[in-house]
Amino acid sequence: MSDDGRITHVAGTGVPVRGNDIDTDRIIPARYLREITFETLGPHAFEDERRQLNGKHPFDDARFTGASVLVVNRNFGSGSSREHAPQALMRRGIKAIVGESFAEIFFGNCTTIGIPCLTLPATQIESLQSLIEEEPETALEIDVGSGTITAGQAAYQAELPASVREAFVSGEWDALSSLLESNDAISAVHDRLPYITGWPAR
Amino acid sequence: MGQTLLDKVWDAHSVRELPNGQTQLFIGLHLVHEVTSPQAFQMLAERGLAVRYPDRTFATVDHIIPTDESTRPYVDGMAEQMFVAIEQNVEQTGIPFFDRSTGRQGIVHVIGPELGLTQPGMTIACGDSHTSTHGAFGAIAFGIGTSQVRDVLATQTISVAKPQCRRISVSGKLADGVFAKDVILAIIGRLGVQGGVGYAYEYAGDVFDAMSMDERMTVCNMSIEGGARVGYVNPDETAYAYLQGREYAPNDADFDSARQWWTDVASDADAAFDDRVDIEGESIAPMVTWGVNPGQVLGVDDLIPSPDDVEGLERRSIQDALDHMKLTPGAPIAGTPIDVAFVGSCTNSRISDLREAARVAEGGRVPAHVKALVVPGSQQVKTEAEAEGLDDVFRAAGFEWRDAGCSMCLAMNPDKLVNDQVCASSSNRNFKGRQGSPLGRTLLMSPAMVAAAAVAGEVTDVRAMAMG
Ligand code: SF4
Repeated sequence: MSDDGRITHVAGTGVPVRGNDIDTDRIIPARYLREITFETLGPHAFEDERRQLNGKHPFDDARFTGASVLVVNRNFGSGSSREHAPQALMRRGIKAIVGESFAEIFFGNCTTIGIPCLTLPATQIESLQSLIEEEPETALEIDVGSGTITAGQAAYQAELPASVREAFVSGEWDALSSLLESNDAISAVHDRLPYITGWPAR
Repeated sequence: MGQTLLDKVWDAHSVRELPNGQTQLFIGLHLVHEVTSPQAFQMLAERGLAVRYPDRTFATVDHIIPTDESTRPYVDGMAEQMFVAIEQNVEQTGIPFFDRSTGRQGIVHVIGPELGLTQPGMTIACGDSHTSTHGAFGAIAFGIGTSQVRDVLATQTISVAKPQCRRISVSGKLADGVFAKDVILAIIGRLGVQGGVGYAYEYAGDVFDAMSMDERMTVCNMSIEGGARVGYVNPDETAYAYLQGREYAPNDADFDSARQWWTDVASDADAAFDDRVDIEGESIAPMVTWGVNPGQVLGVDDLIPSPDDVEGLERRSIQDALDHMKLTPGAPIAGTPIDVAFVGSCTNSRISDLREAARVAEGGRVPAHVKALVVPGSQQVKTEAEAEGLDDVFRAAGFEWRDAGCSMCLAMNPDKLVNDQVCASSSNRNFKGRQGSPLGRTLLMSPAMVAAAAVAGEVTDVRAMAMG
């Protein structure tokens, strides 16, 4: 990310986490929602699965240490709206996610905190995951503006909705500043809603 | 061409189109709870921003609250810390707060409607994915993340893309022993857990017309489990009758005026939808999940699927689910022994849910090795149930009777599964680890089916048990 918040490129190595429908309870178990800050979440990403796999989860695999691009399958981030899930991944060092598809609230939460989530067809995800597993040191580079992902010699054309791409490239992915600009227009909507300002007499 | 309710509500609340192409959408009602809000208040403070309309946000405590302990400070220090945080935040910002002392505390999606805060034609947001529940009244209601909670607090708006609209029509009638929970599980089973991504679901047809508000809430609640962030039913006389006389609903003098506005907001008869799905009500059986997401579901008289039935990654999903659930492919789901039975959660903890469960539990006896608990959705539900004597029915049958909260739906409080216990649950998520033990196994079903399983000690067809 540049100083003005623009996110145009993400570069680094990758980590594949395979499986469809990986929900946010699995990404960050509910017991970590008991913290009143996000700051300490990083080490707990995928904690229960990692414990069960006894060091065999990709997040515990030394070959993927320091990875910044997470590569996942279908409907990643389903379930709970907990922002703790992308916050945990971000604090673990994940800067972008590439997957076959994403659950909607998770996708929005990622955008709001500056993590681009790009999509590729299932077969290409499969090939990218295998490539990373075989050669974990492969340098990945994501051009957020064009959606091009290069992985060593390979290249993929990923998709990102135009509005989201624009938000990253312009540095306005955290919507709050633009939302704050429309002060008067907000008041106007507030004032015209009968359930707020009073029901017209009949 | 006419408009859908989604179109009309969206237009009425649209502030402007943002440079990124999304809508800046005004949020008419904002609900907050203790778990997803502290960071939002913190972010607000860091940026030196005030709460723009404190009277459009309402707070309660539900997720972490113990349901078997009422003295403060709570034994659990982290729960106590969360309570102190929300108390300070509402105090400093002037947001109305329904804590236990008010008698109106409960699961946020139960108390919003109960207090009459939830009304047709509103936009409603909450840092909780089951906010779709409020769509039962013809509101556009959806879950948001914590940064968006911050946005709503600061501006009463969020940046959001307008979804497409899919009309799901369920015609005919439901059989005895088939409930709203079975309808939504059948829909998710058919369309899949990500079938609704990018869509709002409009539920319509005879079956929804005939449903009570409690039942419509059960259906809308689980829209998100089918991937749809928003689900709604057009408002009608059933909704108006529910609202009349509620604390925050329009008073009698205004009610006719409000009713007119609500009626106008419903989808036009010639509205255009992006997609339509038709289901026959008669085809729906009592449903039970067998896997680790709500789309892995079958009728109680069906057989557990086999990975050999499908190809590719899907095969892996089934195998993975069966491994976790320790179930045998090809075996019937009925007869699966259970260890725990949970009646509760924002899906099924309203008075009508408790009545259905009590009707099945009455006269039965939960076996000694099964732990069964009933957790009402709100203090008001609890009071009402006790006035009807439901607590006595449950206790006599061997259920624990608790205070209001989320409880074993996500097990942030002391109610948790242990090891690989099997839980028959009226909640909405059977994800791995959801009920507090990483190895825990959840079978989602209707409250009546949970009561039947509790008494029988195994998954049982409620149609055979109580209805005959
Ligand atoms: S009952 Fe469960 S799903 Fe509903 S709000 Fe509470 S934790 Fe979330």
